[in-house]
Amino acid sequence: MIIAENLTKYYGLKPAVQNVSFRIEKGEIVGLLGPNGAGKTTILRILTGFFQPTSGKILVDGLNGQTHSLELRKKIGFLPETVPLYDELSVKQFLSFSGTVKGLSGNALNTEIDRVISACGLPEHRERRIRHLSKGLKQRVGLAQALINDPPLVILDEPTTGLDPTQIVEVRKLIKDLAGQRTVLLSTHILPEVSQICERVIIVNQGRVVAEDTPANLTGQLQKGLRTILYVDGPAAEVQATLESLRGVTRVVPSERAGELLVESAADESLRPLIARTIVESGWGLKEMRTSDLSLEDVFVQLVTEEGKD
Amino acid sequence: MRGIMAVFKKEILTAFSSPIFYAASFIFLVVSGYFFYTNAIIYTIRSFQAGQNPFLAERLNLSDFVVKPYFGDMAIVLLLMLPLLTMRSYAEEKKMGTIELLFTYPLSDGAALAGKFGACVFTLLTMLAGTLLPLLLLQTFAPLDWGLIASGYLGILLLGASFIALGIFTSSLTENQIIAAVLSFGAFLLFWIIGWAKSFAGPTLGPILEHISIVVHLDSFVKGLIDSRDLVFYLLFIFFWLFVTLRFLNTRFWRG
Repeated sequence: MIIAENLTKYYGLKPAVQNVSFRIEKGEIVGLLGPNGAGKTTILRILTGFFQPTSGKILVDGLNGQTHSLELRKKIGFLPETVPLYDELSVKQFLSFSGTVKGLSGNALNTEIDRVISACGLPEHRERRIRHLSKGLKQRVGLAQALINDPPLVILDEPTTGLDPTQIVEVRKLIKDLAGQRTVLLSTHILPEVSQICERVIIVNQGRVVAEDTPANLTGQLQKGLRTILYVDGPAAEVQATLESLRGVTRVVPSERAGELLVESAADESLRPLIARTIVESGWGLKEMRTSDLSLEDVFVQLVTEEGKD
Repeated sequence: MRGIMAVFKKEILTAFSSPIFYAASFIFLVVSGYFFYTNAIIYTIRSFQAGQNPFLAERLNLSDFVVKPYFGDMAIVLLLMLPLLTMRSYAEEKKMGTIELLFTYPLSDGAALAGKFGACVFTLLTMLAGTLLPLLLLQTFAPLDWGLIASGYLGILLLGASFIALGIFTSSLTENQIIAAVLSFGAFLLFWIIGWAKSFAGPTLGPILEHISIVVHLDSFVKGLIDSRDLVFYLLFIFFWLFVTLRFLNTRFWRG
């Protein structure tokens, strides 16, 4: 659905993105992750035809962004980060404008307005002026305009920023419901959101793609060995030193909670019974022992930090 | 065409739900109406004087004393009011972020600009429609030259459309509506008074300055003459500023 080849964009002399390449297949829900200023919005703006890349090529459904910008835009529903809306218009008037611009008219336009209003839970608000809506409702109107005319590619830039927890759950459900029928590219820095919604993630930092895979594969790649969390009743320094002396244990990190330790070790399942036995035989109390996989947040921080060091 | 109409409708709906339109129209009609009233009063006084002065009576007619000055006065009020209508065109879209929607919808920049320009001209027409009322009232007392009035309105419409094209350009330069309005007013004023320098600008530059002075070209319309040179000047002025706006909007592709 999307093929980005060596996208580079300069703002003056400053590169915003450099040699960014990725592919997104039809029907995928992909998360675009990155810290603030990483170049996510620039990538989305190139994808949506807001501006052209300084060099490189973007293909959406086979259409080149530089030569077929208008045709390409017909295939995209875009919700920008700030959810810009025409406050003076009613929900229906705004969606009518969006639909008409996207090529709808007459009965088809009215049917499509009804469909997106219903899909986004806005039936009671269709005649209300946008300026009088709450932030959550405005977000839904923004989503509705992105979904009108049923575009095969939906691009959402930070769709849940500023919403309350209930609204976040609702919007996430709405995005998940889009799966299968459409390709969704979701830009966010809310990592649990990506874990919940996205099948694949592209992590960008300092204008470059630093990783691209499924969340499970990414954590698998970066998690070298086992991670075990222990809660030990015993002298902290001595416990740490004893565990570090065990063969196969690579690192012992005490946590902020007194008595809790994170033990990183080689991928050898026999180490865990050994750790437990060592603690018990030393006369300390083993209150808790559990495995801990790397979270997407850990992966993100690790990748972004490593990149920053380079 | 569908895109132009969609933007046109959106702009009209937005403009008519904004208090700025009503405030600008109200002031425009009140001030124009006041000018009309004073011209009519002066004409009445002159008419009384003409009763004792046959020479004056020969020269006294409604077109010269009321209708023609009315159009001149209207042009001055438009100079002050039109920046209020054009300032929001692109500046507000930039400020609100809706420019991102406009630039990512399947809509060419030219279509969006045409829709915005058309909507501003339509708004101007609704304001001008209100200025017909005093003339219709006057018609009940004395016959008016409606050919001259039509020509005058065409001139005012072209002058207003020229201001609108220039005002939309200044609005595309900034996201601050006040700055857009100030720039528009300054640019309008400059094109209004630039011809005043012809007497001391030299034999080459003088006529050029006079020719690009926007108000000079209104004279023939107000006199009831539709001179193709003046018509072409206004049309070129409009297309030039719309073209410059379009080029400026396109700079986002390389400016980012």
